Amino acid sequence: MSEAVIKVENLGKRYVIGQQKQEKYSTLRDAIASSTKSIIRNVTSRQKTNSNQAEFWALKDISFEINQGDRIGIVGRNGAGKSTLLKILSRITEPTKGRIKLKGRVASLLEVGTGFHPELTGRENIFLNGTILGMTKLEIKQKFDEIVDFSEVEKFLDTPVKRYSSGMYVRLAFAIAAHLEPEILIVDEVLAVGDAQFQKKCLGKMKDAGKEGRTILFVTHNMAVLPNLCSRGILLNRGYIAVDDTVSEVVNTYLNLLEKASLEDLATRTDRRGKGKIRLTNVEFFVPDNSGVKNTLVTGLPAKFIFHLSQIKPGLYCVFTLYNQYNQPVANFNSMIHSQNDWQNPTGTKISCDIEELLLVPGRYQLNVGIGCNQEMQDHIEAVAIITVEPGILRGRAITKNSSYGSVCLPHIWNFT
Amino acid sequence: MPSPPELIIEAGRSEHQYWRDIWRYRELFYFLAWRDILVRYKQTAIGIVWALIRPLLTMVVFTVIFGKIAKLPADGAPYPILVFAAMLPWQFFANSLTESSNSLINNSNLIAKVYFPRLIVPSSAVVVSFVDFLVSGMILLGLMAWYDFVPSWRILTLPLWIAIAFAASLGVGLWLASLNVQYRDFRYIVPFIVQFGLYISPVGFSSSIVPQQWQFLYSLNPMVGVIDGFRWAIIGGESSLYLPGFLLSIGLVTLFLISGIWFFRKMERTFADVI
Repeated sequence: MSEAVIKVENLGKRYVIGQQKQEKYSTLRDAIASSTKSIIRNVTSRQKTNSNQAEFWALKDISFEINQGDRIGIVGRNGAGKSTLLKILSRITEPTKGRIKLKGRVASLLEVGTGFHPELTGRENIFLNGTILGMTKLEIKQKFDEIVDFSEVEKFLDTPVKRYSSGMYVRLAFAIAAHLEPEILIVDEVLAVGDAQFQKKCLGKMKDAGKEGRTILFVTHNMAVLPNLCSRGILLNRGYIAVDDTVSEVVNTYLNLLEKASLEDLATRTDRRGKGKIRLTNVEFFVPDNSGVKNTLVTGLPAKFIFHLSQIKPGLYCVFTLYNQYNQPVANFNSMIHSQNDWQNPTGTKISCDIEELLLVPGRYQLNVGIGCNQEMQDHIEAVAIITVEPGILRGRAITKNSSYGSVCLPHIWNFT
Repeated sequence: MPSPPELIIEAGRSEHQYWRDIWRYRELFYFLAWRDILVRYKQTAIGIVWALIRPLLTMVVFTVIFGKIAKLPADGAPYPILVFAAMLPWQFFANSLTESSNSLINNSNLIAKVYFPRLIVPSSAVVVSFVDFLVSGMILLGLMAWYDFVPSWRILTLPLWIAIAFAASLGVGLWLASLNVQYRDFRYIVPFIVQFGLYISPVGFSSSIVPQQWQFLYSLNPMVGVIDGFRWAIIGGESSLYLPGFLLSIGLVTLFLISGIWFFRKMERTFADVI
């Protein structure tokens, strides 16, 4: 039996910029001042100008149907509208236009442990959080033992959660959410937390929920779990549905999209986060002394990354991460973890990072870069570039595409003993 | 198997759906209030006694200043009882305003991440103040026993006055809560209203000392009607109700409540985007 449980028609959500950005809230003084100004402007020039209130459509004309028991993965770059879609589906915010028909109880998990109070004990928080998520007291009582069992924190049930380790906190929070039994479950990347074993448990629980005929909407950046968990995918791009198809189709298009994004001029890209006082304007990477071949690295050879910035300030740091083709992180480089060979006092407008020996297997890697200053993120961009690593020789051993498995190769020696 | 409920989400959600949701989430009223009370007295040495100390000390100060030094009339009751009969609704009102106006901001993480009818948040803040009200009500019983004061049949009307006090607190609280989300200025305005209100409401003195020609104007303060009602029910005897003023107060309370709900519902749509 397949019956549409979610039906979305021409959904749109408009934000007025200024309402969303820097100024999180306005003050009465500003409101009075700006409305006075606009009255005066209207009286004097008799024309309506919305110069400083730019509109921004986070979602435009989204339509899709989801059948009972479907497990849908929603992917997209930063700012594609995924979070907005989830917020509308879970009724946190209203759409500007369009309509949605939902059949059945909806539970959304946009964050783990929403409404946990640090002063309350684990037991008290189970009841509080459960009610906030929409369970009744009776349901919570019935499932209490199961929740405690799943979370593995029974020894600390009467301890305030402020004394919990972050792992325990997350486990308890997820355990409560996992025992909601809604017909439609909306999950936003909460699996990115917790240890690997617990993540596996969560994924298993979600799979079970799917088998029981529940409908799941799942937002993620992790392309590796997507084929495993979801039966269908939706790719959002700049507020539109780019692809609504099988998971493999969606994953491929998404990766292509990232690749295309990496060809765009960095300075004009808008899908960035952070304060923006310092911006990344360009990235170069190459094999030093290799006759200027750019955008390609070779296994086993040195590699050099150069980051061009709009300006350099004291307290600056740079973090970059390489992801494999499933969008799983492979290696992270962080200038905050300083060694004595690193820069001491920043000058100029470029930062370079030298890798003596590239230990990545041949393939394609995505580069994400974050630039910060004094613990504040200034500019964070995903898929700054797609790096191609060519087969090479690592300490005399040829590493080809076929001989590689995994993402890294470590120097090693075989012997008879 | 019962067919699952169908829900339609579109711009300008239906009113009917909203009230049904409030009913569905009724346990949340209780849990939010329970959380606030529980958290308030965690890691305090004397716990709930704090709810007794504040009104008790204020009552003593008012009795000394207005009863002993200024020698104002007591309407035939011991002065401490006169003061306390007014302190109860006033403290309830003042606490409700303070708590509910900040309630949405304090729960901003909930509002940005989960759906439930937002009306529950400021209302359960009023419920918390109501618990304090019940606790300090015990002081009144103590005072009555101490002064051997037997109330008349009018005490039976007390639930009605409590309901009016509740409506007044909720009405004004809803206005302030929704304005506070948009304009954080109200964080500074509310303490001022509460402080100012204590002096322009008949808490430390009986409203009978207000000259006759000003009585009606005085009743523009909705708490005047509520406090007079409490005194009329508790003290009985000589204290009397000034009917036109009382009706005006009731009318204003109703207006505040209805407009408060309307305004809150209107602002609620954008809470998650603004908070």
